Amino acid sequence: MSYTALAVLAVVAALVTDLAVLRTGLVRRRAFWVSYAIIVVFQLITNGVLTGVRVVRYNPAAILGSAHPQLLGHGRVAFAPVEDLGFGFALVLATLAGWVYWGRRGLQRTPTAGPPRWRDGSPPS
Amino acid sequence: MSHLVYLAVLAACLVGTAWLEVVVRTRVYRRWRRLVVAIGPVLVVFVVWDLYAIHRGQWTFDSRYTTGLLLPGRLPVEEVAFFVVVPLCAVLAFEAVRAVRGWPAGDEPAPDPAADPASEWHGEGGPR
Repeated sequence: MSYTALAVLAVVAALVTDLAVLRTGLVRRRAFWVSYAIIVVFQLITNGVLTGVRVVRYNPAAILGSAHPQLLGHGRVAFAPVEDLGFGFALVLATLAGWVYWGRRGLQRTPTAGPPRWRDGSPPS
Repeated sequence: MSHLVYLAVLAACLVGTAWLEVVVRTRVYRRWRRLVVAIGPVLVVFVVWDLYAIHRGQWTFDSRYTTGLLLPGRLPVEEVAFFVVVPLCAVLAFEAVRAVRGWPAGDEPAPDPAADPASEWHGEGGPR
């Protein structure tokens, strides 16, 4: 299977994991999408370095785009193949679904996160 | 030094997110056992995918920018580290957003029955 097909499959598999297997339903949560919006920016930067410097090279037969990294276009986003967005989304969603699943099962549900240090001294909101 | 490029990118991810644990109090490293079981299966699946892609020649790693330490299947050790570092950073970002905004994700502790029921409980039925 091409990287393109596998990337689509991975997104579907991650969605099924979140919605049907672990039943975490993160894709229905604001907390997930805001986190993902932040994560994807840094993903594009780090992945842009790895593909732009050509630490990783892609076989043009396996991707939509060409073998030549460019900032945008020809199947590339921030130098990386557009397929990497699916790969990264699946990696993040599967991880966070697992994280929430085990917390919900009672594994280190606490200590919960926060409050941030800059709110020290102010009453809880 | 160029052999450390890939590792340096991963190190930058760890360094760049470390402040979240301290300043935002994400408490992700403190919950390392939960982290291990969350990342473990994802790591296995993505390493298998990686091995398939390497075997099929879908992507290759430039030996100038990697340490050259290869695991069975010609898998660079950096790739395994990638599948630990990226999920770890994702959980840090997720918990940081929750720490700042207080949005629920479905794993919140049950409300303390001694506390005022009208207080800040944001679990099921609360805002999504």
